[in-house]
Amino acid sequence: MLSIKNLQVSINGKVILKDLNLEVKEGEVHAIMGPNGSGKSTLASVVAGREMFDVDKGEITYRDQNIFEMNPETRAREGIFLGFQYPVEIPGVSIANFMRTAINEKRKHLGLDSLSGAEFLKLMEEKKKLVDIQSKLTNRSVNEGFSGGEKKKNEIFQMALLEPRLAILDETDSGLDIDALKVVANGVNKLRRKDNATVVITHYQRLLEYIIPDFVHVLYDGRIVKSGGKELALELESKGYEWVKKEAGVQAQG
Amino acid sequence: MEDKEKNKNNNLLDEVTGSDYKYGFYTDIEADQAPKGLNEDTVRFISAKKNEPEFMLEFRLKAFRHWKTLKEPDWAHVDYPPIDYQDIIYFSAPRKKPQYESLDEVDPELLETFDKLGIPLEEQKMLAGVAVDAVMDSVSVATTFRESLAEKGIIFCSFSEAVHKHPDLVKKYLGSVVPYTDNFFAALNCAVFSDGSFVYIPKGVKCPLELSTYFRINAANTGQFERTLIVAEEGSYVSYMEGCTAPMRDENQLHAAIVEIIAHKDAEVKYSTVQNWWPGDKHGKGGVYNFVTKRGICEGDNSKISWTQVETGSAITWKYPSLVLKGNNTTGEFYSVAVTNNMQQADTGTKMIHLGKNTRSTIISKGISAGRSNNSYRGLVKTTRNAENARNFSQCDSLLLGDQCGAHTFPYLEVGNKSSVVEHEATTSKISEDQLFYCLQRGIDMESAIGLIVNGYAKEVLSKLPMEFAVEAQKLLSISLEGSVG
Repeated sequence: MLSIKNLQVSINGKVILKDLNLEVKEGEVHAIMGPNGSGKSTLASVVAGREMFDVDKGEITYRDQNIFEMNPETRAREGIFLGFQYPVEIPGVSIANFMRTAINEKRKHLGLDSLSGAEFLKLMEEKKKLVDIQSKLTNRSVNEGFSGGEKKKNEIFQMALLEPRLAILDETDSGLDIDALKVVANGVNKLRRKDNATVVITHYQRLLEYIIPDFVHVLYDGRIVKSGGKELALELESKGYEWVKKEAGVQAQG
Repeated sequence: MEDKEKNKNNNLLDEVTGSDYKYGFYTDIEADQAPKGLNEDTVRFISAKKNEPEFMLEFRLKAFRHWKTLKEPDWAHVDYPPIDYQDIIYFSAPRKKPQYESLDEVDPELLETFDKLGIPLEEQKMLAGVAVDAVMDSVSVATTFRESLAEKGIIFCSFSEAVHKHPDLVKKYLGSVVPYTDNFFAALNCAVFSDGSFVYIPKGVKCPLELSTYFRINAANTGQFERTLIVAEEGSYVSYMEGCTAPMRDENQLHAAIVEIIAHKDAEVKYSTVQNWWPGDKHGKGGVYNFVTKRGICEGDNSKISWTQVETGSAITWKYPSLVLKGNNTTGEFYSVAVTNNMQQADTGTKMIHLGKNTRSTIISKGISAGRSNNSYRGLVKTTRNAENARNFSQCDSLLLGDQCGAHTFPYLEVGNKSSVVEHEATTSKISEDQLFYCLQRGIDMESAIGLIVNGYAKEVLSKLPMEFAVEAQKLLSISLEGSVG
């Protein structure tokens, strides 16, 4: 579904991702872990199409299409969803209005009719139940005055509505208490299907107790330095990132 | 449509198309035009053409003589070449013949905008000046409106008609809120005003309809010097809407209108307007200059007047809908969204003059600037010595799109007694890259994203508009800002 080959990305001349390779197939859950500043969020942004980065080398294909030929909104309509680390506030725009616009733009792109107000409300109620979100939340303006937990739950709710093929969740667990974390993880697990894929970006192993990944990758200094199964997350937790840094150092010298 | 209803409408159609429009919204003069320039003869010519009673001519002449002693004001934060007041035609009879035979002849860009606003085809024709085969539904609806209004004693007619049919009322209230001595443009309007509307709500009557739809149609033919007079007697209520969401092209560059509102004891008047005059091309050429004086007076105790305005058009906007809170316990409100794009300049705001005790005023102003435009809020809040316990709350927000536009706030506060509470809040913000990217990532394209964000920003004001216009105004905001980012 997503194939990243030899990707090099920089911002203002500073190289952030180097020679990065990643292969994500349908039905898989990948976890990308790494210390702060290793390039995790950059990777998510580049796949979603944020313009502030320069792609120096390499390629990304999404469902056999060159992703760099698609603008961010097309990528979204084609099924790429980014759960933001810091969701922004859009004052005065209700979540319902925002999401109805988003869904209808996507449907238009796919050649489907727009959802009527009633149809949309019905869909919204369904998804609210699925991800266990309070009904009042959707009447409020997008992220305005939301607590950290509410913002992240709102991201999962949007994901449930948009039913992406590829969801990238950027530090969705950061700043969450254990209950909110469970709600988020639970939402992700319920939305998991054979024909979609999820990439979970996280700093801590904690989230991976609730979302069980098929693959774990360790990103360090712009490279994926180690990949493995879910046990790699545990190993990382017990040995710490210093262990990875050492290994990476050895690799770089060798 | 039910058959009965259809018949009724057909009858109305026949009645309206088959005879001269008996409600006489238009003056009955064939294509007459005053000679260029402005002098006493022009004023007499206009008055004669409109067959006005003596008191009107006197009013006009006094205004004209005063106008000659005035200088055009230059304090507003707007910049435009000098206007040659002798190079303007001050009166021409409303066009009776359509400009075009079919919509095919109309500027496609204009039609595209009509479509985006969702204006029905027949109305598009009317607005663009295309011949229409039958009088459209809304006009017949308007006719039925008038009948049901008349039953309640409500007067709702053209200003010219009011001058003839209700001279006492006109005499009593004309110039009572905005005297001809008020300012340069007001004096000019008093001397040469062409037509406008008159609303009178009798004692204790709540007007059952929004006086609105009616005007979208007629707005196409209002002259460049319009005049509106609204009188609400004791305990009455009216919601009045004028203006037009469709872009109004006009060969008249200078517009100087006056609106006067009088609210007697316990009366309430809601006045809403959407202004979308032609702003000129991208370089600001050919746009309308809109110099408007709007003022209301809460004459009686416990009365209330609110202004809601959405300003998106005109090359130059100079407009300060104001309120004099004369009665005790009176309430004044001003809600405004002003959008400027490309080379547009707007200097707009309000004046709240607190004279009575326990008077309250609220000002919510949302300025949105894009392109190379300039958008200024200018507001005065004044509490006099006798205005005990007067309260005002003002909030002036500016939103900038891009880095070549300007937003300015000029608040003037004059507090005349110790018991007054006057609050002023102001913010300036930009649409952030993060907000835009968030929308894009959800599949919402740039133009729609800006539309969403701007409408969210202006929501507090838009929600004060009558429902039907709120929807149009939302679309209008998005359209006004098209191409302003990216």
